[in-house]
Amino acid sequence: MYRSQRLGLKYLTASTVMFGAMIAFGLLSSVYYILPGFLLNVFNFSTGKIIHIDGLVIWLLMGFIGSIYWFLPEELDREVEGIGLAELLFWVFCAAVAVVVLVFIFVQYGTAGEWSMWFINQGRKYVEAPRWAAIGIVVVALVFAYNVIATTIKARRTTGILTVLIADLVPLLVLYFDAFPEMTNMSQDLFWWWWLVHLWVEATWEVLIGCILAWTLIHLVGASRRVVESWLYVEVAMVLGTGILGLGHHYFWIGTPRYWLAIGGVFSAFEPLPLLGMVVHAVYDAGTHHLQAANRPAFYWTLAEAFGNFIGGGVWGFMMTLPQINMYSHGTQWTASHGHFAFWGAYGCGVIAVFYLALAKSRGCDGLDGRAWKWSFALLNVGMLGMVGALLVAGIDQAFFERAIGGSTWSAYLSMQGRPWFIESMWARFVFGLVFACGYAVLVYDLIAIGRREEAGVQEAVAVAGS
Amino acid sequence: MYTQDPSFWKAGAIATTLFMSAVLVALTIDTLRQISPGGPRVPSYDVINKAVTYEYDPNQGGYVPKIGAEDLIFGRKYSGDQAAALLAKGKLVIQSRACIDCHTFFGNGAYYAPDLTRAWMDPIWARYPGPKRADRLAKFLMSPLRLGARPMPNLHLQRDEAEAVVAYLKWMSSVDTNGFPDRFGAPATQ
Repeated sequence: MYRSQRLGLKYLTASTVMFGAMIAFGLLSSVYYILPGFLLNVFNFSTGKIIHIDGLVIWLLMGFIGSIYWFLPEELDREVEGIGLAELLFWVFCAAVAVVVLVFIFVQYGTAGEWSMWFINQGRKYVEAPRWAAIGIVVVALVFAYNVIATTIKARRTTGILTVLIADLVPLLVLYFDAFPEMTNMSQDLFWWWWLVHLWVEATWEVLIGCILAWTLIHLVGASRRVVESWLYVEVAMVLGTGILGLGHHYFWIGTPRYWLAIGGVFSAFEPLPLLGMVVHAVYDAGTHHLQAANRPAFYWTLAEAFGNFIGGGVWGFMMTLPQINMYSHGTQWTASHGHFAFWGAYGCGVIAVFYLALAKSRGCDGLDGRAWKWSFALLNVGMLGMVGALLVAGIDQAFFERAIGGSTWSAYLSMQGRPWFIESMWARFVFGLVFACGYAVLVYDLIAIGRREEAGVQEAVAVAGS
Repeated sequence: MYTQDPSFWKAGAIATTLFMSAVLVALTIDTLRQISPGGPRVPSYDVINKAVTYEYDPNQGGYVPKIGAEDLIFGRKYSGDQAAALLAKGKLVIQSRACIDCHTFFGNGAYYAPDLTRAWMDPIWARYPGPKRADRLAKFLMSPLRLGARPMPNLHLQRDEAEAVVAYLKWMSSVDTNGFPDRFGAPATQ
């Protein structure tokens, strides 16, 4: 194994730890909905939610970085340039994340001043991390970009997947600079904030996971590079062709001009198309291989990613995105339903697939299988579908009764929160959240245990051959 | 066949991305012009000196904010610069207390507490004691009372911070949001 691949495994491990933290604080946040007044003035809902959603961003980012450190040396048949610096920054990154989480837990918020912005909480959704930590993320991303680009230059060759990846790293990094501003005008603030959130999540991240999945398919089922690269270009054209102006569906109600209603509506309607293409490709690959691959968990998580991305991101997104519907669904639990399903389907499942792929090689196995991964696969997906369904019911309930009938006032909102359908949905979300957490526990056990017997066998065989 | 050549699709991907990016840049320039304070859709910050209501406009087929006669908050008239400074402070209070991680602004944020887009004109403030709506809001922010199923935590706002947030909410309620939220309750009388 290359040093870069060992670093990739460390990132994937750290990513799994952050995945656990995200689940823990997600579960905690769900309790506030069923126990009004829970930990009031001690540990407020906002703090739990911040760690939940920022944990989501960090676990996925670490997963992407880990996946690329894993695949990159195999793609170019050489060690990654600047790997020593990358290894050092891994520990800096982990320490910084730990400090930020501790500050969120124990300090929580500050007074209105620059000190709060730099050292406590920037108070902008998804990018609450204080500025010093945001600068740290930029440094990690710069070193990561250097690793990828310098290795490609040293190798004096590139591949289609690598070219797309390098091109994608530029907007990925540039857009993150949007994590710093402090604008008085909320309309402009949200306008630029959506460049970061939408163009990361619905454009550059989609391309990034496309590259990672392209490598996964080549390594997992021996897919033809020519076919995979053609598909990747088609996906890039479709994702960016629809996703760049699909940004418009966030510009319906923030003060932006009326023409965004039409632009956002039309391009959002097209956004599921590339995701449907991925499903077609996945079904084709699955059929070609008769649903069999040596690394079964990686194969099934890859399929889950394709379907989850299409249904959670594409279908669930489209369902609530046309302005005539969004007028009432926007800012309700309906959005949370889509958010959970989309992040899980589009990115979470993909990161888990790569982890299994990497584990097979690191433990010297030709393939991986067993019972535990099936349990974790089922529990995680059933848990997620249950949460998504519960949030959808709550969201539609809000859209009809609080928004369309109630007139969106504070009283309409507050009386909605006490309606039986809403409360039952919140209980259901909590229960399915527990199912999801059980799935995570089994996943961690499996990631630690799977392939160990084969690994021990290989070591024994090497020892016998050596003697 | 040319469709089996990845470079054919590569050219398509580059062309599509460049074209869509160019359209986005053009729309961004126009949008930023329209949403600058004092622009066609976002009033200047000294609108906090005026009455703001939300009324049905048959021409637009939806609700729009209406700017009325002078209606001061906290008994003083703010100049343009003073209003800008006050609202900058209000925004900083909102970020420092991470309001967006419980509430939504223009529907964006967390869904644990009510949307703040038209909070300034919410009928609920008529129920609270105080001579004027602005004072009632400021008092609520400094020592929140339990509102139905959602108790708001005490985030230890000082009087000047609370006033800055109230001014911010009043300005925000004057932004034209294409009719969102629809059919918002009639504004409370002071």
